[in-house]
Amino acid sequence: MLRSLISRLLQGLALVLAVVVLNFILVHAAPGDPVETIAGASGGMSPELMAQLRTQYGLDKPLPVQLGVYLSQVARGDLGFSYFFNLPVSEMIAERVPATLLLVVSAVLLAFVVGTGIGVLSARKPNGLLSQFITVLSLVGFAAPIFWVGIMLVILFASIWPILPVAGMRSIDSSGGGGWADMVDVAQHLILPAFTLSLVYLAQYSRLARSAMLDVLGSDFIRTARAKGLTESVVLYKHALRNALLPVVTVLGLQFGNVLAGAILVETVFNWPGLGRLAFESVLRRDYPTILGVLLFSSIVVVVMNQVTDLAYRLIDPRIKTS
Amino acid sequence: MSNLSFARRATWGVALAIGIASTWPLMAKAQTPNRGGTLVVGSTQTPRHVNGAVQSGIATAMPSTQIFASPLRFDDKWNPQPYLAESWKLAEDGKSLTLNLRKNAVFHDGKPITSADVAFSIMAIKANHPFQTMLGPVEKVETPDPYTAIIRMNAPHPAIVLAMSPALCPILPKHIYDDGKDLKSHPRNSTDVVGSGPFRLTEFQAGRRVVMERFDKFFLPGKPYLDKVIMNITPDAASLVLGLERGDIQMLPFVTLPTNLKRLQTDPKIDLKAKGYDGIGAMNWLAFNLTKKPLSDVQVRKAIATAIDKKFITKALMGGFATEANGPIVAGSPLSSKDVTLYPFDLKKAAAMLDAAGYKANADGERFKLTIDYLPNVDDQQRNVAEYIRGQLKKVGIAVEVRASADFPSWAKRMASKDFDMGMDLVFNWGDPIIGVHRTYLSTNIKPIVWTNTQSYNNPKVDELLNTAGGLLDPTKRKAYYATFEKIVTDELPIVFINQVPYHTASSKKLANVPNTIWGPLSPYDEVYFK
Repeated sequence: MLRSLISRLLQGLALVLAVVVLNFILVHAAPGDPVETIAGASGGMSPELMAQLRTQYGLDKPLPVQLGVYLSQVARGDLGFSYFFNLPVSEMIAERVPATLLLVVSAVLLAFVVGTGIGVLSARKPNGLLSQFITVLSLVGFAAPIFWVGIMLVILFASIWPILPVAGMRSIDSSGGGGWADMVDVAQHLILPAFTLSLVYLAQYSRLARSAMLDVLGSDFIRTARAKGLTESVVLYKHALRNALLPVVTVLGLQFGNVLAGAILVETVFNWPGLGRLAFESVLRRDYPTILGVLLFSSIVVVVMNQVTDLAYRLIDPRIKTS
Repeated sequence: MSNLSFARRATWGVALAIGIASTWPLMAKAQTPNRGGTLVVGSTQTPRHVNGAVQSGIATAMPSTQIFASPLRFDDKWNPQPYLAESWKLAEDGKSLTLNLRKNAVFHDGKPITSADVAFSIMAIKANHPFQTMLGPVEKVETPDPYTAIIRMNAPHPAIVLAMSPALCPILPKHIYDDGKDLKSHPRNSTDVVGSGPFRLTEFQAGRRVVMERFDKFFLPGKPYLDKVIMNITPDAASLVLGLERGDIQMLPFVTLPTNLKRLQTDPKIDLKAKGYDGIGAMNWLAFNLTKKPLSDVQVRKAIATAIDKKFITKALMGGFATEANGPIVAGSPLSSKDVTLYPFDLKKAAAMLDAAGYKANADGERFKLTIDYLPNVDDQQRNVAEYIRGQLKKVGIAVEVRASADFPSWAKRMASKDFDMGMDLVFNWGDPIIGVHRTYLSTNIKPIVWTNTQSYNNPKVDELLNTAGGLLDPTKRKAYYATFEKIVTDELPIVFINQVPYHTASSKKLANVPNTIWGPLSPYDEVYFK
């Protein structure tokens, strides 16, 4: 047990390291550097000042040296300072993690609960009207690009039917605070982004749950349960569901990385103040420490989520033993 | 036809007149500004911090002009007005500017603002600000007493008065910033900021919003009228326009997109004004890389200019909201001249000029190939015009490849390393030509960075004109020099000037005194109030 835990940990670390190095190389391969961005934001800058900044940021050193410096910094837990804002990267990430976490967890929960629910329902009468309708709907949800859905929802709820806020996490003049009123405010702002992000996965899970349910419903132990005289509801929800959930949970865990990636698009469309937007804007600004910090954090989260999925799997299906 | 006698009518008339006259002051007073309210300003630009002394650009200037005061401010006719300095005098020889400061001004931490702070700030700006020519000749600032500062320069420099504007000369507290740390990355640039202006910084959320609240001890009594100013940063302009229409935002400056402008124009709750951008002086243009053939041939450049229909660009592409630009100095500047070389649109003439220059078309009708780059993220001003130019030049036999840049640093790299044939650009005059105009044409400013003389234009006569004009005190003489300069540049055409960027400020009709001086949104909002 301990050995497998340690080996998992080492694997995770190796993966994260590979991600950091790869990102470092990619990000530096893009033309232009942060000093050019700063010069642009300044409406012009003297070459002496630019050279000074480059030396200050260590950008005039050869790339492998810069990589070494960065890795040794990260090993000490120091994610550096943003070139653009001159604020500590770890602080900027910590500020935005709650927003992204809220969005992603809500979206995943929504997709899981509603998706599975729809899938199970449509499995009751596989050829019924509801089932057909749900199949079509899930196809649309699966095919529609996230940013298109987001933009369409913004147009719908901003101009045509303004009952929901379409931008930000809070009302503009709100002072936050976390009280009841604030939570309601955030919840209202969360509805559209969470729905948009969840749509693709909702569609996927509903189809997956439906086919898994149909599979399970055809097996022997279900026939036994029915023969015993149990009601259809008990058969479906107590016996079949647990087994049908397996594929859904697997896919959910594996796709967590995708959900995080999708969060960037949703955050940009809805102006949600999360990590995704920070990452995107930092790339445009060539703000290397921030980009690398956010990517490091995300890769750690994804690795952890994969492990959690493994464990959850074990909990749901006792047949799976430690290999 | 009247039953009343003349006398009675006369009496009534006089009584009415007296009645109106006595209530007139009351009616005029009915306009006293209301105190209170939160103004939310929308912006697509992210400020790095709020210290405008070490960072230029509109993103920083918007919050910086609220948090820091400057010696002078400007009205809408380019006249300097007292601000932190209650009076000032530019010496006869133009080599010194004396500022007499108010005696009741204090910083946000209560300490008095004195000439020592002014001296420190001006020398700090000279050392750190990206615009090096603004305070170029300044040598030192003398402080004979706590409320007098004398700026000493080694040459006459009339631009010094404009350099005292809120966007260009924020006065920093010496007791906070004079601690040996590098000002450009000072920790107090975005946290715990102690300023001198009408609003204090209470929150700086990087890339999201800047929150500022009224400073109760501001040196102009009764002002500012607003309780709070929130700068809401959203990279998507459409989102901001929506926010304005919904009332979440009350002021949105720098709007240029014709579809947005048309929409806002017809909205009964919104005021749309083009006034307030003369100081910034933003222009859209097509620059040539003069080191590349055949662009090194002035006839080719003139032919290209003749093939571009600026009327179409301003009326069709920009919805009629933009005006043509015909010279290096924006039309709204007191130093601009109308006597420039123009290139009326004429496709046949353009083709003939190319023939005459010796660039005959081959069997496919193509004379030569060129590439054109443009600034990303300003499509209505840049990409659309670049695509249009491609179409036009094809008609005269020039094959143009439009190259898109993924983001600003990619474009900047191309321009800076002179890896371009033709490049669209959007450049600001910044008020005085010394700040924003000279840099494009001086042969001494051919450098590997953007917004310098990336065209490699070299004309010693122009160098001489510009260097002399910078030091002329007599506005008439100065204007004459710049007129000659404009004539030469429009004749030699290192750049085809296309249009003045049609910046507009959209604001809620409930807002009064929306800033419309030459610096517009880059000025303090101390006089803004909700009706």
